[in-house]
Amino acid sequence: MSLLEVQGLEARYGLLSAVRGINLAIAEGEKVALVGANGAGKTTLLRTIAGVHHVAGGRIVFEGADITHVSAHRRCASGIALVPEGRRLFPAMTVEENLLVAQSAKREGPWHLESVLEAFPQLKPKLKAPAGELSGGQQQATAIGRALMTNPRVLLLDEVSLGLSPVAVHAVYESLGALLKTKTAIVLVEQDLQRTLDVADRIVCMLEGAIVAEGRAHEMSREQVMGHYFGSRTESTAQRATA
Amino acid sequence: MIWVNQIIQGILLGGYYALLACGLSFMFGVMGIINIAHGSLAVVAAYMLFVLADQFQVNPFIGLIAVVPIMALVGWVLHRLVLERSARAGELVPILSTFGLAIVLDNSMFTHFGADTRSLAPYIGTLDYDSWTLPGNLIIGKLPLITFAVAVLLLGGLHLLLRRTALGRRIRAATVDPDTAQLVGVNARAVYAAATAIAMVTVAIAGAFQAMRATFDPYIGGQLLIFAFEAVVIGGAGSLWGTLFGGIVLGVAQSIGAQIHPQGFLIAGHAVFLVILVARLYVTRDMRHFFRLFRRRAV
Amino acid sequence: MSLRPDTGAITVKRWTGASIATIGLVLAAQVVLAFGPLFLSANLIDRLTTLFIYGILALMWNALAGYAGLVSIGQQAFFGLGAYAAIRLANAGISVYPALLLGAVLVAVVSLPISAFMLRLRAGEFAIGMWVVAELAHLLVNLDTLINGETGTSLIELQRYAAHDRRLYTYWAALATMVALGWLVYLMLRGRLGSAAQAIRDNEEAADSIGVRVLASKRLIFVLSAFGCAAAGALWVAAQITFQPKAYFSVQWSAYMIFMVLVGGIGTYEGPILGAILFFTVEALFGATGVAYLIGLGATAMLFALLLPRGIWGEVERRLGWRLLPIGYQLKIGAEDLPRHDSVMVTTQADAPAR
Repeated sequence: MSLLEVQGLEARYGLLSAVRGINLAIAEGEKVALVGANGAGKTTLLRTIAGVHHVAGGRIVFEGADITHVSAHRRCASGIALVPEGRRLFPAMTVEENLLVAQSAKREGPWHLESVLEAFPQLKPKLKAPAGELSGGQQQATAIGRALMTNPRVLLLDEVSLGLSPVAVHAVYESLGALLKTKTAIVLVEQDLQRTLDVADRIVCMLEGAIVAEGRAHEMSREQVMGHYFGSRTESTAQRATA
Repeated sequence: MIWVNQIIQGILLGGYYALLACGLSFMFGVMGIINIAHGSLAVVAAYMLFVLADQFQVNPFIGLIAVVPIMALVGWVLHRLVLERSARAGELVPILSTFGLAIVLDNSMFTHFGADTRSLAPYIGTLDYDSWTLPGNLIIGKLPLITFAVAVLLLGGLHLLLRRTALGRRIRAATVDPDTAQLVGVNARAVYAAATAIAMVTVAIAGAFQAMRATFDPYIGGQLLIFAFEAVVIGGAGSLWGTLFGGIVLGVAQSIGAQIHPQGFLIAGHAVFLVILVARLYVTRDMRHFFRLFRRRAV
Repeated sequence: MSLRPDTGAITVKRWTGASIATIGLVLAAQVVLAFGPLFLSANLIDRLTTLFIYGILALMWNALAGYAGLVSIGQQAFFGLGAYAAIRLANAGISVYPALLLGAVLVAVVSLPISAFMLRLRAGEFAIGMWVVAELAHLLVNLDTLINGETGTSLIELQRYAAHDRRLYTYWAALATMVALGWLVYLMLRGRLGSAAQAIRDNEEAADSIGVRVLASKRLIFVLSAFGCAAAGALWVAAQITFQPKAYFSVQWSAYMIFMVLVGGIGTYEGPILGAILFFTVEALFGATGVAYLIGLGATAMLFALLLPRGIWGEVERRLGWRLLPIGYQLKIGAEDLPRHDSVMVTTQADAPAR
């Protein structure tokens, strides 16, 4: 049984359909990469799973329970955590406060202030600094750390490399390395295709709100993924996911 | 020496205004809502204390022990029934719904208690006119000083709550970014309800001190709201310590105005408010630097 | 929605059959009312005068809140100042009825500098800020020795007219003012100001970025609202004769205006008129119960704000698509009329993120 299942999901912005007919299953501990051009609906999908975007149709099932209409903070308490696009830290609050506020979820698990700081040692000297004053890479580390503090079973990462220098991106993925070995399921939206292929077990390609291809990471070549990214029709649509 | 005395009275009066205003400032800072029923709710608390004192001979300070939790509950209910819906519907609906609430509260109190002005002064012994006389013929009233002290304590308490406690962290997170706060497990709805309850606690205390230092009747809610609002705006909306500063400026202006003309008390207060409002809008940069010397941001 | 340019020209309609009929009816009704004194009793004339004044207030509060998005709890400032100006001008020797109009104009002029700083305030601050302006105006008017503080005075120059003449002149003045303001607002809404107001209501920043003169539009509506409320105040003192500052500057007037507009339909044209009629009826039926009726008003305003923010006419418009007065635009492609879409002042959260 999958940990998280999305069935026929639809989400809209006003009258504009952003996500339609999405069927996706995430198994426990699985690392899934979500790729696609801007506007494909990846962020909307993650936000809908996390509960901050209204579901227009379909279902979301987590650990066997229908959470389609459950509020975001309760989903977090159940074990779904989202690191939002653009980090969205609380800028006037210190790094420590940003991390501690996530303890409201009150879940049991290996992640607490000390272990998060072990995973992201670059934050140790910045603990009492306002989050708004940090560099991009440090902010990203704080954002991921904040999500980890909720001890999630599914971690949704939305464009963690966005706006960061290559050095900072490298640092983030270094820290993620340890995370990738744990039992936490991860759904990663990432523009950097190479990193995606390195990190993920499975790749899901989205285009214009729908899933157009899916496959094991080592079975798909970079060219194939880029083809779906740009919506080229040279690949057959036999891989369109229906499960 | 009259002027020095007046200024001192004004500063102490400012403490009362800060007490009255801090709930309004808190709610506005956290939820962006201006609660038009703020003053009327203070009057509700005052009447509760009055009933306890008049019918059960309970000293108002003791009475607060019962009234404060009741008002906290009122705040929670107020948020769930009125404010939550209003905030969702847009910027203007909270103003309309809380205005309607004020009208309902004022007139309901009139129906129940009549138009007579009441006061809690008879129930606190000589406290309402006791004073110390300092060298140079300076008179410091005991009640005004206690009020000022309570105001500072309350503001300090709120400050500590926001800075040091888990609830305070949650409130600050939900204030700045409710969506992201939800993502990390903060129940924004519950946080806002708690913030409203906290604001109502301050309103209850403010109502008590209003009733002790002066009189009240069913319709002074509007006047209290205006004073609170003026203190908040003068000090900088959303800033807790700014509210103390704003209250003091208002109190001093009113006290000086009272010396000049019988109507000067109120006129001076409103005039100073408008002048500062205009000045703030046109001279914002310089003023902000000036004010930064006096206030620290709550959030 | 797909455009098929090959099947017909696209035309923009400003009139529909229903709206032409409505305009005709309105004009007819106004003519009938003008001849009212010929067949209406004195009591009815007095009551209609009151109704017209309520209508003016509702129209003016709605202009400010519904079209400029500015909720004010202080329009009683202008109401009281209009009455005060009328008294002062009449006292200075100007003929009473012209003094009413001149007084309103003067108050409108005074409102211009007030708008300079008031309009820079955000929603809640503006609402209470205007209340402070009303309080200050009240205090300053009290300082005038002619007014005698709270005791007040009277528009004694009205004594020059016989009681029945007075009644008729005031009736016609109120009717003329309401009709004039009604047509003025209507024409403004049909013109650029209407589109500007709609854009401002939907998204002020976006409107600003496409060249809508946001501040100028708001200022125009602010001054108009001040003028209308002042005229209403002047007419009220002409009808009541006595002027006690406390009664004219009372926040109660804001409560009435908010009730009328909220119940009638904020941001619509027909709404305030409906609201004024409803309020007038409610007051006639329950006003005598005193304070209980005010509780009812407040509770109704709250319920409408929370549950039915579009008001009665707003709901009617939304569900039935009725638009009696031709203010908006309707696209016609070939022979097909496209449905009209309006945005209302209050946003709905149908597709908002889950909370």
